[in-house]
Amino acid sequence: MTKIDTSSPENVLPTPSHTVGPFYGYALPFRGGEQIAPLGHPETITVHGYVYDGAGKPLPDALLEVWGPDPDGNLPTADGSMRRDPATGGFLGRNGVEFTGFGRIQTDADGHWYVRTLRPGARGANAPYLSLCVFARGLLVHLFTRIYLPGDETALAADPLLSRVADGRRGTLIAADEGHGTYRFDIRLQGEGETVFLEFQ
Amino acid sequence: MTLTQQDIDAEIAAEHAAYRKRVADGGPVEHHPRRDYAPYRSSVLRHPGQPPIAIDVTKDPELVELSSPAFGERDITEIDNDLTRQHAGEPIGERITVSGRLLDRDGRPVRGQLVEIWQANSAGRYAHQREQHDAPLDPNFTGVGRTLTDDDGCYRFTTVQPGPYPWRNHVNAWRPAHIHFSVFGSAFTQRLVTQMYFPNDPLFPYDPILQSVTDDAARQRLVATYDHSLSVPEFSLGYHWDIVLDGPRATWMEEGR
Repeated sequence: MTKIDTSSPENVLPTPSHTVGPFYGYALPFRGGEQIAPLGHPETITVHGYVYDGAGKPLPDALLEVWGPDPDGNLPTADGSMRRDPATGGFLGRNGVEFTGFGRIQTDADGHWYVRTLRPGARGANAPYLSLCVFARGLLVHLFTRIYLPGDETALAADPLLSRVADGRRGTLIAADEGHGTYRFDIRLQGEGETVFLEFQ
Repeated sequence: MTLTQQDIDAEIAAEHAAYRKRVADGGPVEHHPRRDYAPYRSSVLRHPGQPPIAIDVTKDPELVELSSPAFGERDITEIDNDLTRQHAGEPIGERITVSGRLLDRDGRPVRGQLVEIWQANSAGRYAHQREQHDAPLDPNFTGVGRTLTDDDGCYRFTTVQPGPYPWRNHVNAWRPAHIHFSVFGSAFTQRLVTQMYFPNDPLFPYDPILQSVTDDAARQRLVATYDHSLSVPEFSLGYHWDIVLDGPRATWMEEGR
């Protein structure tokens, strides 16, 4: 049942997903979760936006996780996103030097979120992007999407995923440039302007 | 209109019947819930209407999603996996030990990855300000734990048995006792957030969240097994719960790991 017999592959079946529920807020978010960029790094960008439901209402209880490469396209291997204080059990915050590439952000009461990270570099034939995973009360299985940044139209046009997405929906994966390294990326879970979500196989 | 348990029961039964028909018609076994599952009312406006776009990870080893964030010793403290020792006093409740292995779809251990848990206290109350249930808070219990899996993929927590609690999906809705789990794999594609239940809970058939897993065998995989060998003499009762991560990973990178 819940002791998995690993001697035969047919017995190794996935544990089902469940919703994160409404009460993760005292458990999963950590200090500095949205501040991935090392302090003062010149390649720092801010991505922010809202998460909306099918009625166009912002979600005050969504949890987002961001994972992305450094500006050279290298995948971070540093731990320490949620450094802890052994004296109090609390969070120390990031050390401001190392880049872990990982962030975790709770939407605020307005349904707004932001992340400050490093501009991702390209990997292989892909245009640069940040991977984004969305959790929420009401969402029985998390949703994956990507944040592409505008600017390099050639790279975006050649991206293996973006080139497969219908024109009308492609824009949901590309953040809007607001200047000064700030980008807007809204997530619409359902309905008009619904964000393109991904399934990995 | 007031939504009763009978209404929800009928909807749950209809969803189970629809799943059985899909399988009878040759459809695949569904290990995960459908995001569009109306008996859980919060899902109604929060599931996409469009199908996801499939990405074949075997075509591109450079995908960001084939790697995973790293966590290490500095991301946890020594008592993070013992939820009974995080305050000055002992929490109220039946102490339990929950342990198991984190595995991938090939049954291989997932080593050194982060397992996070959170739960209600023994009275069924979360230490969350928005929690409305008027059961007592326990000043000696927060209900948050973290650990890293060891070289065999094992994790282990000491905590107290969480209580069931009411919620407002419908009139007289109660969640079976559960512990929330958040786990990472070696690839971000394997990310999993779920809930572990306890054996023989009479609330199982009434709960639209558990029943959202319409496959009977898959639903059973969310229920821990009582394991006497994990029970600690004079201290705690033991439950065993293995977790298998779904989602593809970078098999070509794992040679020799």
